[in-house]
Amino acid sequence: MSAQTQGAAAIADPGAPYRRRRTTRGNFELYTWVFMRASGAILVLLIFGHLFVNLVAGEGIKAIDFGFVAGKWANPFWQGWDLVMLWLAMIHGTNGVRTIVNDYAERDGLRLVLKLALYAAFIVVVTLGTLVIFTFDPCPAGAPADLLPSFCST
Amino acid sequence: MPSAPAGTLYRGREGMWSWVAHRVTGVMIFFFLLVHVLDTSLVRLSPETYNAIIGTYKNPVMGLAEAGLVAAIVFHAYNGIRLILVDFWAKGPKYHRVMLWIVVGLFVVTMAGFLPRHLMHVFGGE
Repeated sequence: MSAQTQGAAAIADPGAPYRRRRTTRGNFELYTWVFMRASGAILVLLIFGHLFVNLVAGEGIKAIDFGFVAGKWANPFWQGWDLVMLWLAMIHGTNGVRTIVNDYAERDGLRLVLKLALYAAFIVVVTLGTLVIFTFDPCPAGAPADLLPSFCST
Repeated sequence: MPSAPAGTLYRGREGMWSWVAHRVTGVMIFFFLLVHVLDTSLVRLSPETYNAIIGTYKNPVMGLAEAGLVAAIVFHAYNGIRLILVDFWAKGPKYHRVMLWIVVGLFVVTMAGFLPRHLMHVFGGE
């Protein structure tokens, strides 16, 4: 309170717009709420497509090996698909677990530790996944040809 | 923050149990996602390493766990769409119960399509 108003009862500025909240920490929780719904709708399409191509089409889980992954990531379409899926799923999942930690971990210290571990896991997994998608070599030198996708030998 | 809730706000029924199931399946999927990014990252090491680890996903126990994971994802996906409709569709809250049974129905249909195919891949011979 400034020196001029000291001694007199503080009167709110009658011209100030009405605010429901006396204090505000911004709209962070509103934005995460919107993000969960927007990213969720996109993730349904991305993950159902991912599951269909990897588990249902062709020989399903049996066909998954290095050659299968290399064949997909030689294509920028699947690189982009998996990159968007990685980031959206990790932010969506991290925010979901953050909400659950906030709900059930009532002790301040425990809540802080759990959230720090959560954010550390987020950074490690997203960084690692992104690097792997973009630095991956489908035809590593010296690897047995029968483990590699067919286009490596041509 | 009170250490024990006074009274029970939620009384079971469809609204609460779908919320519980959404949380439980969400946490399951999240922890699988962490492991899944790590195992896929092995492609960066060598074809032999990746094939050895992904080979463990093809044994029957892991095959059943994958079926459970897909079930969790399918429920979380359909119930998530229901949640979006409850929040953004004017009549969503009125029909939230009906929509949960539609979610359950679509879940059964989807799993009926997925399970035979997946289990044949896991348990079928070469």
